[in-house]
Amino acid sequence: MERIPILRMGRALLVTIQIDLQDQVALQLQDDLSAQIERTGAKGVLIDISALEIVDSFVGRMLASISGIAAVLDATTVVVGMQPAVAITLVELGLSLDGVRTALNVERGMQMLAADIADDDRTPSDD
Amino acid sequence: MKQDNAVFDQVLKADPEQFLKEWLSEVGRSGNASAGAGATGLADARELLGALAAAVAADADLKNLQDAAWARTRSVLAALSQSRAAQGASAGDTSYFVMALKRPLFIGLDKHLGSDPKAAFDAAWTGTVLIDQLAQFTASTYQRIREDVIARQQQELLELSTPVVKLWEGVLAVPMIGTLDSSRTQLVMETLLTRIVETGSELAIIDITGVPTVDTLVAQHLLKTVTAIRLMGADCIISGIRPQIAQTIVHLGIDLQGITTKASLADALQLAMKKAGYLVTRNKA
Repeated sequence: MERIPILRMGRALLVTIQIDLQDQVALQLQDDLSAQIERTGAKGVLIDISALEIVDSFVGRMLASISGIAAVLDATTVVVGMQPAVAITLVELGLSLDGVRTALNVERGMQMLAADIADDDRTPSDD
Repeated sequence: MKQDNAVFDQVLKADPEQFLKEWLSEVGRSGNASAGAGATGLADARELLGALAAAVAADADLKNLQDAAWARTRSVLAALSQSRAAQGASAGDTSYFVMALKRPLFIGLDKHLGSDPKAAFDAAWTGTVLIDQLAQFTASTYQRIREDVIARQQQELLELSTPVVKLWEGVLAVPMIGTLDSSRTQLVMETLLTRIVETGSELAIIDITGVPTVDTLVAQHLLKTVTAIRLMGADCIISGIRPQIAQTIVHLGIDLQGITTKASLADALQLAMKKAGYLVTRNKA
């Protein structure tokens, strides 16, 4: 089975989805990612879906749950590079991914994460 | 040749000029200029009569217009409907032009079969059926042509009304004009999202000054667009909300929470500049 690589960049994890996601692959990614966040103590997760052209409600829900899991493990998730067709599909499916942060491309997503991590370092969190 | 065809053949070929004269005077009796009693009407009538006579002579089935022998007649009628539709004649006038053919035909039948009422009656019935079919064909062709025109105009309107303009580096705007329905929202959404990707703009302004009314459906379409834009990683401001529309939105209980709204495009641009970190100053006091 194909596995999606998870790269570490500083204090953030980078996931680039280059293939159309099968349900099993998506579940595996969810497992791998939560293990990696725990192991590396990453503060941010960047998911690049610019190559993703087909989504279904399962993948949409998976993005939301990855973001939720990461939040529980104290990491911010940014989904970047969503294609217009994918965005329209998700909206039509009624998935607005309310808890997920988004950015136009990897560069801006990284800036966003860097700013978040810097913020986090300055103000020690209460929780 | 079939017996009916032989009778009709004689009638149509006996005195074509007299036939045309009676036909057009009957058309003129409708009292409507656009019915086609004039010179173009004469040319049309002559061509149709020629096609009709040829089909009858070729032993076409008088009760079935779909017969192959009627092909030329059908194309003449189609051309007639097309030119009438283009000139703006009404559907009634267009089909009346064909219906008026009954009068000269019946006069001709009366001349040929006047001595035999039974045969005259039968021939008249066949003629009525035939001409009704011709008129029906003309009317439905006319309607189809009009529908094509409407469909084309709708498409043009759709393309006309969705320009995405760049207001500033990283700021796009869509001035929406006209009623928002599903297909238009879809088109606006697609063009806007594609432009966002192309230009890497982080902010889109949807201006609804030109939208006459906002109901729950329109609001839902707007919400969808805003959500899609947010999913892509850009922000969205809705501007140009007129006082009446603001009242309607509140009265309908539409929830626009979480969406930035501004009264005018100028306000929206100001906010966009502020968000991007620009400062607008005046050089002269």
